[in-house]
Amino acid sequence: MRNADVLRFARDAAAGYPLRTSLSVLAMAIGVAAVVVLTALGDGARRYVVDQFSALGSNLVIVLPGRSATGGFSPANAVTTTPRDLTVDDAFALSRLPSVRRVAPLTAGTSEINANGRLRETVVAGTSSTYLDIRSFKMAQGAFLPVADWNRGAPVAVIGSKIKEEIFGAAPAVGELIRLGDRRLRIIGVLKSVGQGLGMNTDEVVFVPVNVAQSMFNSNTLFRVLIEARSRDQIEGVKAEVAAVLKARHGGEEDITVITQDAVLATFDKLLRALTAAVAGIAAISLAVAGILVMNVMLVAVTQRTSEIGLLMALGARGATIRDAFMAEAAMLSVVGALTGYGLGLFGAFVLRQMYPVFPAYPPNWAVIAALVTALSTGLLFGIMPARRAARLDPVQALMKH
Amino acid sequence: MSVIQLAGIERVFHLGDSTVHALTHLDVSIEAGEYVAIMGPSGSGKSTLLNLLGLLDRPDAGSYHLEGRDVTTLSPDEQAAVRSRRIGFVFQSFHLVPRLTAAENVALPMMLAGIPAAERAQRVAQALKDFGLDQRADHRPDQLSGGQRQRVAIARATIMQPAVLLADEPTGNLDRATGDDVIHLLEVLNERGMTLIIVTHDQKIGSRARRQLMMEDGELRHDSARPAVTSPMP
Ligand SMILES: Nc1ncnc2c1ncn2[C@@H]1O[C@H](COP(=O)(O)OP(=O)(O)O)[C@@H](O)[C@H]1O
Ligand SMILES: [Mg+2]
Repeated sequence: MRNADVLRFARDAAAGYPLRTSLSVLAMAIGVAAVVVLTALGDGARRYVVDQFSALGSNLVIVLPGRSATGGFSPANAVTTTPRDLTVDDAFALSRLPSVRRVAPLTAGTSEINANGRLRETVVAGTSSTYLDIRSFKMAQGAFLPVADWNRGAPVAVIGSKIKEEIFGAAPAVGELIRLGDRRLRIIGVLKSVGQGLGMNTDEVVFVPVNVAQSMFNSNTLFRVLIEARSRDQIEGVKAEVAAVLKARHGGEEDITVITQDAVLATFDKLLRALTAAVAGIAAISLAVAGILVMNVMLVAVTQRTSEIGLLMALGARGATIRDAFMAEAAMLSVVGALTGYGLGLFGAFVLRQMYPVFPAYPPNWAVIAALVTALSTGLLFGIMPARRAARLDPVQALMKH
Repeated sequence: MSVIQLAGIERVFHLGDSTVHALTHLDVSIEAGEYVAIMGPSGSGKSTLLNLLGLLDRPDAGSYHLEGRDVTTLSPDEQAAVRSRRIGFVFQSFHLVPRLTAAENVALPMMLAGIPAAERAQRVAQALKDFGLDQRADHRPDQLSGGQRQRVAIARATIMQPAVLLADEPTGNLDRATGDDVIHLLEVLNERGMTLIIVTHDQKIGSRARRQLMMEDGELRHDSARPAVTSPMP
């Protein structure tokens, strides 16, 4: 029997029993769709986090007050209590290290912004002119905070794009005076929209010189010191030097934590990859179940079509031909199921992306390939037994069945 | 030369503790182009003999030469090839594949034999015309009458131009008139040279054959070609 004929025969046989066929196709499709959607979710979470950290800027080293217990990074100890304040002077000392390109102090708090007859609560970030380049932000209008002594910043403010829109709408904001808490500040720039980053939505932040923020909140401490190393290779060196300098300045106490973007990224990346793989593994169980279903469907097919098998033998079919025909049918159920499931899965991921636009829910290639290969091989594997059973039937006995 | 030569055939079935001698001491030879009816009461071994002749079953002892070749020692695949090219089957219950059209059912043996689709289509069209089924080519079995179904089955059995046509109670599921048409059709094929062996318990149909083999309890009781040899009819 020619291969094309085997395929056509198997196709017609599958089409001849629509309920049975659609059931096993559905089971296979659900298995594959589950793998595709769940890995899209897992990998989407990974990409989301990676994108968030990448958005922080390159070659970034972050100093936070407080010693982390392990020295490594975990979300739990990212925010720790502060044994000794991290000050603007500390930040300035770090800016003189040779392998450091830029340093930006960062202090933060919430306050009320009052301008153009409108009032809203906002996050106020006190920082320096260097912050713009470290975070790779772009200006929509005007300029960022001017280069100045960190202890004598002018009464100016730079606002995020959402603040601008909510308070000024389409009207120009640069040059306008605002009230921020009990201060009067002049807007000198509006940032381009960037969205989420470093735990706050930059579009809803008002940036002011660090000393202005500190006197507003009546505090000397910094929330973070952001450091940009001169090159990627120097990140580890900077990390060590920063730790050494601050230890010396804090009287020999190691009371700060230095984290690098790479380390944070690598941890999250590893964590979320493992999560995605685990989720894919769980989803793959449904593929095995689908494979068993295909096997049972094919066993039913062999039983139901016993007299047809006897007839084929009487008409001169070899055992191998009958085996191939049933294998082809099992393979077709799996292929159609897998492709349907792939389509369903992509659609599911698309719906997820529509519902959560910030979430890049695309299934990773490895998961798609693994799901399709698993679907096909389980289908074939579980198809072998029924097909061999069909090929070994005794023709006389088979012909007597009805 | 005989197209079929059976010598010392034995076929024993074991059912639990009991053994059934479905065929015993069977020696028969059938010449090419003969028209033979195998007759006898139910359970006498007629179907067993026919299955053996069709290479669907193997004897427990004895030899079977088909067209001079010992076919009992062939491998299963070689036997399948012989069934494909040299033997045609017609069954009491037609055995058409329900999801295939009349044309596809007729084409089935050629498809299994690996004959290209174009040649198949041409031969099927000719066969359907010969059997008066050209208006029914695209009908499925459930859209055909019993007589039409059996004609499709005969077209299928002969599409590979076999040497021997085996029919097991071919009129068993048909009314008298339709059955006679089917027998007539088979006889026409026989007249054109095909060896025809029909199993029937219908005296009238059996008597139309040029030779009758009477079976009883697995033994050949009477062979109209060798009346002297066997024991007298009961
Ligand atoms: N597969 C089988 N297993 C056991 N006994 C069988 C089998 N096939 C046939 N027989 C027995 O062999 C005998 C002959 O059967 P069969 O050839 O079908 O008779 P017929 O076709 O003349 O009615 C019967 O007694 C039947 O019960
Ligand atoms: Mg019988």
